[in-house]
Amino acid sequence: MKNSLIILGFFALGLILGLTRFLPEVIMESDFSLYALYLLMFLVGIGIGADRSSWRVIKETNIKIILVPLCVIIGSLVGVGLISVFTPGIQLKEALAVGAGFGYYSLSSIFITQISGETLGVIALLSNILREIITLLAVPVFVKYFGKLAGIASGGATAMDTTLPIISKYTGKEWAIIAIFSGIVLTILVPFLVPFILEVF
Amino acid sequence: MITVLVLMTLGIGLGFFVGKFPKVIKGVDKMTTWSIYLLLFLLGIGVGLNEKIINNLHTIGLQALILTIGAIIGSLVFAYITYKLFFKSK
Repeated sequence: MKNSLIILGFFALGLILGLTRFLPEVIMESDFSLYALYLLMFLVGIGIGADRSSWRVIKETNIKIILVPLCVIIGSLVGVGLISVFTPGIQLKEALAVGAGFGYYSLSSIFITQISGETLGVIALLSNILREIITLLAVPVFVKYFGKLAGIASGGATAMDTTLPIISKYTGKEWAIIAIFSGIVLTILVPFLVPFILEVF
Repeated sequence: MITVLVLMTLGIGLGFFVGKFPKVIKGVDKMTTWSIYLLLFLLGIGVGLNEKIINNLHTIGLQALILTIGAIIGSLVFAYITYKLFFKSK
């Protein structure tokens, strides 16, 4: 949670500087963000490769648990695809790419900005932040009406960190490992799935 | 975007080898966090300079909310089916 606030703080700071044009020409005219993205993805890769515990969790648990992130992927994409009839101006593939952020707003918005431009990037940022916020607020209700997987599903990629405490509280500790697993799988998939949807379709 | 995926795959490969060194991992984590800050900061600047976005912020916000609702309801429905079919006995 603290981390998300800092991230939003940096975004807000950039936003204010951009709005007030209080910036050196160099920054306004050139685009460093692609190189920063290259660096970030290399680092994210190292993080995934180095994380022994996530590989162990995947090896040791029942094969059935694969179904959890799978139903989150299918559910998010079907849901976002259907509801995109109410968002004229956003193409189906763009809506799917936003949905494929699974709440991982920093990375998904960065990718979408790079491929489809800033407008869709901001939609992705807002939409995925909202997913985290709604999950934090509504897990108890979701679990009550949609069963024990509801919090994990709604949380998407955030089920491994920011929304884990609330999910574990309202679903039970024995589900925490499934939440972490699902969150890890979705987090790893975001950088593959988002560009795939935008560039292949 | 292919470059990005190649770099990430190279990173995963390298990660397997440096996974033994907690100091290196800590450094990588720190740099990851800061590059996310940097990118969101740059996105903020880009948005602030982009009058098209600033002037349409309410539309953009509404569209974002609609997409979120779709994504959440979709996942809840599929999670419910998955739970009933495969996890209920637990």
